[in-house]
Amino acid sequence: MRVEPIIETGAHFMNGNEACAEGALAAGCRFFAGYPITPSTEIAEHLAERLPEIGGVFIQMEDEMAALNAVLGATWGGMKGMTATSGPGFSLMMENIGLAVMTETPCVIVDVQRGGPSTGLATKVGQGDMMQAKWGSHGSYEIIALSPSSPQEFFEQTIKAFNLAEEFRTPVIILADEVVGHMSEKVVFPPPDQLKVTPRKISKQKPGEYYPFQVNGNGIPDMVKAGDGYRIHVTGSTHDYRGYPYMTAEAQANLIPRLVNKIRDRKKDLIDIKEIDCQGAEVLVVAYGITARTSYYSIELARQAGIKVGQLKLNLVWPFPEEVIKKWASKVKALIVPEINMGQMVLEVERATAGKCKVILVPHPGGDIHSPESILEAIQGSAK
Amino acid sequence: MSPEILSESHPLAGCLRTERLPHIWCVGCGLGISLGAFASVMLDNKFDLDQMAVVSGIGCTGRMAGYLKVDSFHTTHGRAIPFATGLHLAKPNMKVVVFSGDGDIVGIGGNHFIHAARRNLDITVICVNNFIYGMTGGQVAPTTPLGSNTTTTTYGNFEYSFNIPLLAAAAGATYVARWTVLDVVKLRKSILEAINKKGFSLIEVISPCPTLYGRLNRLAAGVEMMKFLKEHSVTKRDATLQDAAITDGNQIVVGKFLDIEKPTYLEMYEKRVGEKIRQLKYEKFLVEEESCPEC
Repeated sequence: MRVEPIIETGAHFMNGNEACAEGALAAGCRFFAGYPITPSTEIAEHLAERLPEIGGVFIQMEDEMAALNAVLGATWGGMKGMTATSGPGFSLMMENIGLAVMTETPCVIVDVQRGGPSTGLATKVGQGDMMQAKWGSHGSYEIIALSPSSPQEFFEQTIKAFNLAEEFRTPVIILADEVVGHMSEKVVFPPPDQLKVTPRKISKQKPGEYYPFQVNGNGIPDMVKAGDGYRIHVTGSTHDYRGYPYMTAEAQANLIPRLVNKIRDRKKDLIDIKEIDCQGAEVLVVAYGITARTSYYSIELARQAGIKVGQLKLNLVWPFPEEVIKKWASKVKALIVPEINMGQMVLEVERATAGKCKVILVPHPGGDIHSPESILEAIQGSAK
Repeated sequence: MSPEILSESHPLAGCLRTERLPHIWCVGCGLGISLGAFASVMLDNKFDLDQMAVVSGIGCTGRMAGYLKVDSFHTTHGRAIPFATGLHLAKPNMKVVVFSGDGDIVGIGGNHFIHAARRNLDITVICVNNFIYGMTGGQVAPTTPLGSNTTTTTYGNFEYSFNIPLLAAAAGATYVARWTVLDVVKLRKSILEAINKKGFSLIEVISPCPTLYGRLNRLAAGVEMMKFLKEHSVTKRDATLQDAAITDGNQIVVGKFLDIEKPTYLEMYEKRVGEKIRQLKYEKFLVEEESCPEC
């Protein structure tokens, strides 16, 4: 019997959303629940066709709260699951992102950002959900979030998001945007032997010996799935190692720092920042998502004009790589932060810079990408 | 004379997380009876508890999952049904039961309730209706009868309440029953039928909340509330779903309102999608065979 590979190795021409869907399949995603929303819908449409072919499950739920919860349910049933949405749907998911964090349920949430607030510019680009991804659910928690700049990166980051979700037992968010989601480009799928896929770490302990939230050395408990005889209890309430609700400050002190620190303590391993032409630069453009690409043209123009300018491209946006920003802040005159919002990640850049250099925001309210001139002007102004 | 100890362990220990007892519910609350009914159905009928999952939302009834020694999930407010949907689709051979309150199921989670019924997912929903938001201190619920006092209807409730059996049936459920916690034998029978039913089944359990609904409505102690439910509930031959409406001063009609056969979500999926996929794979195979250069 010939076993068909899940994804077709080689070069394809597809948009970012389709590349994301294929990346999910490559990473082992077998469950998708979603609710239609522009500009993310192609992910759902693509998976609605592809998942049944390979024995996976696609379900269109009645809203985004249901979509994320269905993913969590399927994950505890042993599947790898994902949902995809945009701003308004992302807002609806916030409470249950907290549930995923608290229950340490690995899953991937894709936010193909559009212009907000509210319905905003439903079909046009925005990057206004950056802070929401970090702080949107209530309480104290850490989140991992990636930001792709091309369909190829969207494909690769989706695989990475699934791997990190399993490794850290946490929800991972992909902060894409409308332009990356809808642009069609060459996307290369590697051969199966070059795909790195992290399997779920399933406990080898027997029922009776196993406690679902008993930590190992790395602060991350092994998982089991429903139906395997462990008779686990999982709750969004503060709980002890058995998973039982425990309503005390002590239980909170045992749980919350662990959930936060399992990510904070390994931040060094997570940092994914591309330093482009940074050596000897006087000015650096700190950017992510589509803005990392649009700003690169401005950088080229500035270099032609003799300004020494490079780029720090954030592939991972949360946890924020403040150490890297800090390192460069003491070497350059200015950091330029273009983003398609009125100033979000710039606050993190300012915090990391701690006054060591100028930080200049190039805001854009959304609906379009930055003009090359707008970023160029900021570079020229800061280099003076 | 000290009382004779008949058993060292809880009679329902096989299905309860006894290390978590005593439970948090008030004296006179009907949730313990509902929990006991469910656990005894599990044990009496020798269900494979490893293949049983209970999902709850938030509220007093939301704590149900945490006391049952099965795979149990205590989710967010109103979202037990979508969580159960995902779990059911990932583990179609497991029995998935949603055990939650009226506020959780038909208040904040009402949309999920009707859509799960519409899809005819093969899950069971046990909705314990105590007419009030208990955990938060007695606020009006979508099930509070007209005229009842709650902490947010100080002048008496003026909102119409949901007829949960009618709602479930209209949305597409295949099994609908309602009992009070006094009808334990019938409730147990219904739980068994609902779990074995292929399709979306709903049981509404009318349950006393003496601490809040009772105190605010001059029914006070648990026994009086039980008496009230006994006197005000009735099994009617040929009762219609419309008769299930709980209106001011009328009797609460209990019984089995609906028990029909209809293909489930997964059966429909298999029929509509599964066959097509097999056909597509077959066609693809034929094309590949024809174009094979070695043939």
